[in-house]
Amino acid sequence: MAEKKAEKKRAGKAADQGAPTGPAPAAGARRERPRQGGAPRERVAVRKTHKLYIGGAFPRSESGRSYSVASADGAHLANAALASRKDARDAVAAARKAFGGWSGRTAYNRGQILYRVAEMMEGRRAQFAAETAAAGGARRPEAEAEVSAAIDRWVYYAGWTDKVAQVVGGANPVSGPYHNHSVPEPTGVVAVLAPQDAPLLGLVSVLAPVIATGNTAVLVAAERAPLPAVALAEALATSDLPGGVVNLLTGRTAELAPHLAAHADVNALDLAGAGDLAAELEEAAADTLKRVLRPQQAPDWSADPGLSRITPFLETKTVWHPVGL
Amino acid sequence: MDGRPPAGGADAGAPRTGSPLEYAPAPESRAQVVLEPGYEPFIDGEFAPAKTGEYLTTWNPATGEPLAEVAVCGEADVDRAVAAARRAYETVWRDMPGAERGKYLFRIARIIQERSREIAVLETLDNGKPIKETRDADVPLAAAHFFYHAGWADKLAYAGLGRDPRPVGVCAQVVPWNFPLLMLAWKIAPALAAGNTAVLKPAETTPLSALLFAEICREADLPPGVVNIVTGAGETGRLLVGHPGADKVAFTGSTGVGRGIARAVAGTGKRLTLELGGKGANIVYDDAAVDQAVEGVVTGIFFNQGHVCCAGSRLLLQESIAEEFLDRLRDRVSLLRLGDPLDKNTDIGAINSAAQLERIRELAAAGEAEGAEAWTAPCALPERGNWFPPTVFTGVTQAHRIAREEIFGPVLSVLTFRTPDEAVAKANNTPYGLSAGVWTEKGSRMLWTAQRLRAGVVWSNTFNEFDPASPFGGYKESGYGREGGRHGLEAYLG
Repeated sequence: MAEKKAEKKRAGKAADQGAPTGPAPAAGARRERPRQGGAPRERVAVRKTHKLYIGGAFPRSESGRSYSVASADGAHLANAALASRKDARDAVAAARKAFGGWSGRTAYNRGQILYRVAEMMEGRRAQFAAETAAAGGARRPEAEAEVSAAIDRWVYYAGWTDKVAQVVGGANPVSGPYHNHSVPEPTGVVAVLAPQDAPLLGLVSVLAPVIATGNTAVLVAAERAPLPAVALAEALATSDLPGGVVNLLTGRTAELAPHLAAHADVNALDLAGAGDLAAELEEAAADTLKRVLRPQQAPDWSADPGLSRITPFLETKTVWHPVGL
Repeated sequence: MDGRPPAGGADAGAPRTGSPLEYAPAPESRAQVVLEPGYEPFIDGEFAPAKTGEYLTTWNPATGEPLAEVAVCGEADVDRAVAAARRAYETVWRDMPGAERGKYLFRIARIIQERSREIAVLETLDNGKPIKETRDADVPLAAAHFFYHAGWADKLAYAGLGRDPRPVGVCAQVVPWNFPLLMLAWKIAPALAAGNTAVLKPAETTPLSALLFAEICREADLPPGVVNIVTGAGETGRLLVGHPGADKVAFTGSTGVGRGIARAVAGTGKRLTLELGGKGANIVYDDAAVDQAVEGVVTGIFFNQGHVCCAGSRLLLQESIAEEFLDRLRDRVSLLRLGDPLDKNTDIGAINSAAQLERIRELAAAGEAEGAEAWTAPCALPERGNWFPPTVFTGVTQAHRIAREEIFGPVLSVLTFRTPDEAVAKANNTPYGLSAGVWTEKGSRMLWTAQRLRAGVVWSNTFNEFDPASPFGGYKESGYGREGGRHGLEAYLG
């Protein structure tokens, strides 16, 4: 019932403004131009099923569950998959499987793929703007600005992939006849809790730095605004990003995060979207000595992030070799 | 580093009989060390009695003789130490020009060098490790660490950690017993260089060099409260890392205790770095220079009685050379000299504590019970003190406890492999990720292997090298953060 009402409302608005405001794939009936000599005919839109993204495929939750996602003003937008503990485990397994290949790519290649993500998003600007506006209640120009910033963020991190090793690594002048150098390496599988209040720019801002250096990610989308994340997964799937590098879970952060924090095959945890759960999750991560990036106070997602979200998910490997005849 | 056992050059020309070579005793004099009967904690620039009134005894593990009584610090003492560190941070140290801070660290480095003999003997008495190692490794490396970090104090803006990096505040630091002074240096030098103040707890079985270091701080006129030493056992450490006045916690020790600290720190906002256990793999390919590799494997596991978190405790031998390599390894290990740690010819000293000896015995027994074959160097053990002979286990599988658990003693577990992929898979088959070794004469194979090893330090064609300019620390459950080099500063700058 509520769904129908919302659709009516959206359809009405669209007619008023001459442009769709709701997310395009979820938009309801749309009025087509009246045919000559006949009454206007309604085309029935093809709606999108919002699924998870695991190992390069788009499965539903194995649990068969979903939850209603509403816009900022409370209207039903779509049903999103309500991921389960088992989905989380599958996502970790997929991320682990992808780690060797992705971390073994050249930095240049990873950079090109990240840039390709930006290209794919650019081509879907309208969809991302509509989804972001619906999710956050932002007006269209603000949503468009957020999309632009999110795309530019991929470009930014695409450029970091083949520079970070020189910036944070290098030769160490040890006191002896040794060649000694330190290189940064990805820490492994990173569980990322996307920020709850910045469904697209915040999401990209936490995801891109993790995978730029060769980590693979299990990403938990913002609980109340997961649709931009699903759209992002669709862009990722067409960006030459190998399956399993990013695995997206939608659902209850409080249900999924404890499993990821305690999972022995997860190496690091980004608590950006953890909210009140942060301390508890950090404690759960202690048993497996995960690297934990704590949430910032009032983060400004539009600020220049520098290396602040790259280095927490890097290890430093130092290699020695004697010098001599 | 000269910590490795001698290469047998001393007997050049002498026929090798396979029996222990006869050396005249060459003990280092104890005269430089004057032990007090009792020691108090060092707080706010003073040695004052702990409020608990409790003491514990620190023993010479090589003889079983008591060395001194050392105070056990309780809540009131830790409170006082943290408050002193806070005061010193806010009133003196934080805002002192870096160049001036640096000069204090240079002074400390110089005094460690000047008093090196005294420190080396004291460390050997308290720890049980050979004088050769304290003299040639622990003490010079500790001095080098202060000298290195002294130079950073006025150059922090160039460390690549922001244009105006700020210190973190009061650092709560807990160090282990295997390299007491060196681990203290790894903690205190970067903390002070970055403008932080420190409260450090040495291990309860090896507190004496930290207390001597406190005296060195006084001799250097370091402002009171910048360095505080609280002594005691696990409970004192818990009080220190859990203290709400600490801004940063740094711990080196076992993975088990590290987990507990990570739990205690969760949700407090304190910064945390952990340097924990390891089960390092030393991979020897069939094209390795065998004599060098044998030396490196011996250094890897028998340096410091194997009480080294980054020890090469798993030897991975390519199957085609395993038999020959093991013969030569046993020959070499048979020549190691075990005994009086103060003797300058001693290679293997005493096990630091009865508890650690018990742990080594328990795991070695598990190795035999699970079906691995033990070989022990034919050396006589002294009657008094804690001793364990160099031991090599063959026929070890990845499921054996001696292949999975950190033994922290002179016990080597030998496994074999056929292909490089298998070597890497076995090396990485551990929750730890601190160190690894690669022995091959082929450069591309060395780099291929080093790239795939999930470990913070990879020694290729060498082992157990340390340097203040070289970042050290682990992957996975060996902890997080790095110590040494530019990387090590990150833990102490906000």
